[in-house]
Amino acid sequence: MSAILQVLTPEGEIVKGQRAPDLDPADLVELYRLMLFNRRVDERMTRLQRQGRIGFYVGSIGEEASIIASTFALEKTDWVVPCYREAGAAFVKGFSFYDFCCQLFGNIDDKVKGRQMPNHYCSPELRFTSISSPVGTQIPHATGLGLGARLSGSSDVVLVFFGDGATSTGDFHVACNFAGVMKTPTIFLCRNNQWAISVPVQQQTASETLAVKAAAYGFPGVRVDGNDVFAVYQVTQEAVARARGGDGPTLIEAITYRLGPHSTSDDPRAYRDESEVEEWTLKDPIRRFRTYLLASVYWSEKEDQLFEERIVDDIQSTLNKVEHLPPPPVESMFEDVFESQPWHLREQLETLKESKRAQPVEEKV
Amino acid sequence: MPRMNIIQAVNDALRLEMRRDDRVVVLGEDVAKFGGVFRATQGLVDEFGPLRIFDTPLAEGGIVGTAVGLALYGFKPVPEIQFADFVYPAFDQLVNEVSKMRYRSGGQFSCPMVIRMPFGGGIRGGHYHSQSPEAYFVHTAGLKVVVPSNPYDAKGLLISSIRSQDPVIFMEPKRVYRASRGEVPEEDYTVELGKARVARKGSDITILTYGALVHTVVETAEKVQGEENIAVEVIDLRTLMPYDIDTILASVKKTGRVIIVHEAPRTCGFGAELAATIQEKALLHLHAPVLRVTGFDTPFPYSLENDYLPGEARIRQAIRETLDF
Repeated sequence: MSAILQVLTPEGEIVKGQRAPDLDPADLVELYRLMLFNRRVDERMTRLQRQGRIGFYVGSIGEEASIIASTFALEKTDWVVPCYREAGAAFVKGFSFYDFCCQLFGNIDDKVKGRQMPNHYCSPELRFTSISSPVGTQIPHATGLGLGARLSGSSDVVLVFFGDGATSTGDFHVACNFAGVMKTPTIFLCRNNQWAISVPVQQQTASETLAVKAAAYGFPGVRVDGNDVFAVYQVTQEAVARARGGDGPTLIEAITYRLGPHSTSDDPRAYRDESEVEEWTLKDPIRRFRTYLLASVYWSEKEDQLFEERIVDDIQSTLNKVEHLPPPPVESMFEDVFESQPWHLREQLETLKESKRAQPVEEKV
Repeated sequence: MPRMNIIQAVNDALRLEMRRDDRVVVLGEDVAKFGGVFRATQGLVDEFGPLRIFDTPLAEGGIVGTAVGLALYGFKPVPEIQFADFVYPAFDQLVNEVSKMRYRSGGQFSCPMVIRMPFGGGIRGGHYHSQSPEAYFVHTAGLKVVVPSNPYDAKGLLISSIRSQDPVIFMEPKRVYRASRGEVPEEDYTVELGKARVARKGSDITILTYGALVHTVVETAEKVQGEENIAVEVIDLRTLMPYDIDTILASVKKTGRVIIVHEAPRTCGFGAELAATIQEKALLHLHAPVLRVTGFDTPFPYSLENDYLPGEARIRQAIRETLDF
């Protein structure tokens, strides 16, 4: 079984024989702040769902390093192809928190126009592709984007995220197979968080590891401690260099743990042991990174406390702006099906408007 | 003016569009050196090279999924599905991703592309080389569905489809790929999507149809005119989504009798949609129920193919039935 790269131990120390990546202190602090912000947003939005203020939420608690440290290794013009659990990647790319919240509420300011469940945002300007719910469907898109980069002679690379469950899908197979044959600059990053809702990864495959599957497609597969900011950054950086240098795809298996539920519609107590969660809490990516930063004097307890307060304020002030905005107008339901609206959709809108005039319908998310 | 068959017209449309717009790329199984199993892409790799037209591994889900990525990057992909019967591995990508990309992103992303596929029976292909799956795609919001019946329309509709900002399912009636020949202008031109064509004028009965059956219906109409002096108006729908309700209703209001003819199975076939809409909008103009002459609700048979396909006998039976009502 291939080795799992680790640079930063759960105790916040550099592994003997390894070194931290060449990132300056400002970058290290930025990485930490992004991870902590992500964590607090997830916690807050989960509470909001429990209070009935939003309908649904998907968090990535425990997986922040695998998502944020990897995206951090990209250039601005590189593409991120998310599944639905990579809010951190969007934040690294600079996605507006206001837009993020509007999409959770599906309100009139939502750039997705209230059409999708929470956590299904996107941004063409940031090269962060559109999120859908079916598992694995985004993976061939990342092959195609990479192929597009190759065909146009551009040096763009594509980072696609998916979970351990997705490696069982047909789309994972076709995407990797095409990418291997076409040598696309695609980095396949599997967040092996050990669980696909209630199905553990041991039941997902008979392979010894997920990374070994890359051999079938003719490109390297590497395993990394997904909770280790430095190791994740390093392997992604190496995969990015391979891709940009024309050497094709890499499969990264980031070994991490889904500390929370699959989504707010899930209760993991029904299928897993609290003791396992406790064990992985000790390997928390943010805790070990904070220990390192405090010891290195790049960060202080005082700054940490102030930053935590700022996060609370930022989230609250954004929610204040967003929460009571109205839903999108009913006309918008019939737009964007096609580039322009055909006669049958015009008629269907009129039928609905007539019915609402006679008997109003309450729009409630 | 040159005479071409449908294959030549498709090839010509692809060639002209690939010359006009270097973002147009063609991908699929056997499309490059081999030129496609029906020769639709013959010669293109010689002119445009392997960066514009290339073979893929054997996986329709990969062909369409990769095409999505290419479209997001800024290309205009024209993937080929070798037979419509094999489109189903790509069905999830088509229904959950391609069709919804514009809508689900609030209009921020779109992935226009033209998915070409030969469809329909009459080549002794049995269950898996004869299917007409258009209903699944018409039923999926966000996909345009285009079905040419002849070379002139094939070239013009394909050019329009490639230039469209919407994803288009382009279904080519393979049994008349070579048999349907006609004059086709050398230069590029468009045939508007969403517009039907009156293939034959008449005042007694309206027959709505598309694909290879346009020829069967027109031939039957000529016979019925000569033998029984019944004037059948034949409408070639050309685009199934969105369909040309104005041309359809103008004919229905003129004749009051409607027959819909398609190869696809009867239940929930496209004819069901047309029948429902026609009686909603023109009930008082109808002198008889809207009839459908279609494939049966069975898988497409091999030995009994000529019994399965709508032909002159069943079309004339429907004509008698509507006139006798």
